[in-house]
Amino acid sequence: MSAQEQAFLEYVQGGGQVETSDWMPAEYRARLIKFIEMHGNSELMGVLPEREWILRAPTLQRKLALTAKVQDEVGHAQLIYRVVEDLGKPRAACLQDLIDGKSKFHNVFHYPTKSWGDVGVIAWLVDAAAIISQKALLKCSYAPYARIMKKICWEESFHILHGRDVILTMMNGTDEQRTLVQEALDRWWGPLMQFHGNPIAQGDDPSFSWRIKSQSNDEARQQFLDGYVPQIWELGLTVPDPKLRKDEEADRWEYSEPDWAELKHVVTGNGPRTKGRLQLRRTSRAETDWVRRALLAEAA
Amino acid sequence: MIFEVFRQERKGQSFQHAGSVEAPNKDFGDWYAREQYGRRGESVALWVVPRESVHEIDEFVDELEKNYHRVDGYPLKEKLKEARERAGTTATRDR
Amino acid sequence: MSERAQQLLEIADDELLLGWRNSEWTGIAPFLEEDVAFSSIAQNEIGHARALYELAGRDLGKTADELAFDRAPEEYRSAALVEPRFVPDWARTIARHYLYETADQIRIEALKASDDAEVAGLAAKIDREEVYHRMHAEMWLERLVGEPRVREALVELWPKALGVLGDDLRPLLRERLAALDLPEVEPVERGKHSGELAELWEKMTVVRRSVPGATW
Repeated sequence: MSAQEQAFLEYVQGGGQVETSDWMPAEYRARLIKFIEMHGNSELMGVLPEREWILRAPTLQRKLALTAKVQDEVGHAQLIYRVVEDLGKPRAACLQDLIDGKSKFHNVFHYPTKSWGDVGVIAWLVDAAAIISQKALLKCSYAPYARIMKKICWEESFHILHGRDVILTMMNGTDEQRTLVQEALDRWWGPLMQFHGNPIAQGDDPSFSWRIKSQSNDEARQQFLDGYVPQIWELGLTVPDPKLRKDEEADRWEYSEPDWAELKHVVTGNGPRTKGRLQLRRTSRAETDWVRRALLAEAA
Repeated sequence: MIFEVFRQERKGQSFQHAGSVEAPNKDFGDWYAREQYGRRGESVALWVVPRESVHEIDEFVDELEKNYHRVDGYPLKEKLKEARERAGTTATRDR
Repeated sequence: MSERAQQLLEIADDELLLGWRNSEWTGIAPFLEEDVAFSSIAQNEIGHARALYELAGRDLGKTADELAFDRAPEEYRSAALVEPRFVPDWARTIARHYLYETADQIRIEALKASDDAEVAGLAAKIDREEVYHRMHAEMWLERLVGEPRVREALVELWPKALGVLGDDLRPLLRERLAALDLPEVEPVERGKHSGELAELWEKMTVVRRSVPGATW
């Protein structure tokens, strides 16, 4: 590492913030692009599991809230891809790499949404898990990314409200509705426990060294369990992990080891819905290509 | 075209940079800015500016210590202490 | 059913179904900024439907949700224009958007002049949002009108667009769209449903019907 790079590293580790026009080491730029692009991809792909339910929302209020939530996620993708674009990788290239399977997106968006219970669990718990990671990004060394995270976290907080409301309504409903929620929780618990990633020592995690993120994977998971397991239990729901308990003395949750092989398998393009959802992105992009060309021709 | 968007949260407040939108022209830019940065009622006004119209200046030279522009150019504390002693009103309260 | 309730239901059904159809673009619109914008329009339309159902529901003793979801498909009073599924065809989507907004403006103007203060008041509120929908529709049509597929879509949908309005208001629609030079055609009357409404209704109500009488 050159002296200039070393000085940069110390600067960001000491809490320094970096703007788009500042000099930065090539490795930092590459790490940022990869990290932020995956976040953008996840917002965009995260649209699809819920989008399937926009047409099936059971009341006008739910319809509006769900459509607005999916809309927010598209808006987040727009904000995030702009940050990537300003770092040097255009949005079109990000979308192309995504549909070519060359870049990744979060594990939870590779799974099917089987019932309205899943819609509630996603909005409540998947968004809760996501907001924990995103709040930690408010302290990211790359300032343009940290700044948009404020808007994103603010909007996500509405999603959790929506999700909790959906779940509480169903839990106060019929036995069939309560069963829908429990079944959805059973389906999503594994992916939720994998969501924050396998524990990596902070020293071995370059995103941590460059202070792109400021929280370890396991810290994030502990925070998620701390915040949400009591909320799950108080509704009379069962978390499908017999080992799950809080060690009050150590102030840590104990849990069965998440299935890291599944995580790896899924995010490398082999999830139950990966191919179908990428195919939908590919075809819808092809089918509206003429619109973008028509607009660009006029703009030129 | 990329438009930078500045939003005002409440009347009387200053506009702050909110983010940007990409659009084929100004009319679309206005629409997209309104939707992206105001649809939840979080803004009372927006400034929508083509990115190329924004110029950044980030160098501020101060070679000759123009400390009269800064707080440390005004060492009031010691002077006040001395003045109070001379007046015999030695500080009952610190300002 | 009173004439007022009947009229409110017609407009509400149009707004509901068009909102439902337009919401199918959320997440897959031609580009991200437009995705956000078009989703807001879909949400507004459903919001208008809800307000109209609430007003009609006061006469009919029903809630907005009951009117929106719990009628049989053949009971909907919607126009043929709002029923078909157009995703992923942006040309037809924009043609319908433009034709509908133009027709709807004429209808809303008439309602704003209504002697019924509740109806006129609600129409004025709705119109304040519709102004933006019209701007959006005009902006898009202006950009795409030179595309043959958009022209074809306008011609194809024109008889259904005329069917959005009653006999009395149709001349106004012809007049406002004169510049598009659309052919003389017979309108497709409201209430003649295509199979696409039944298909949409199946989806719209699938969760709601799964546990009858439940709260969601």
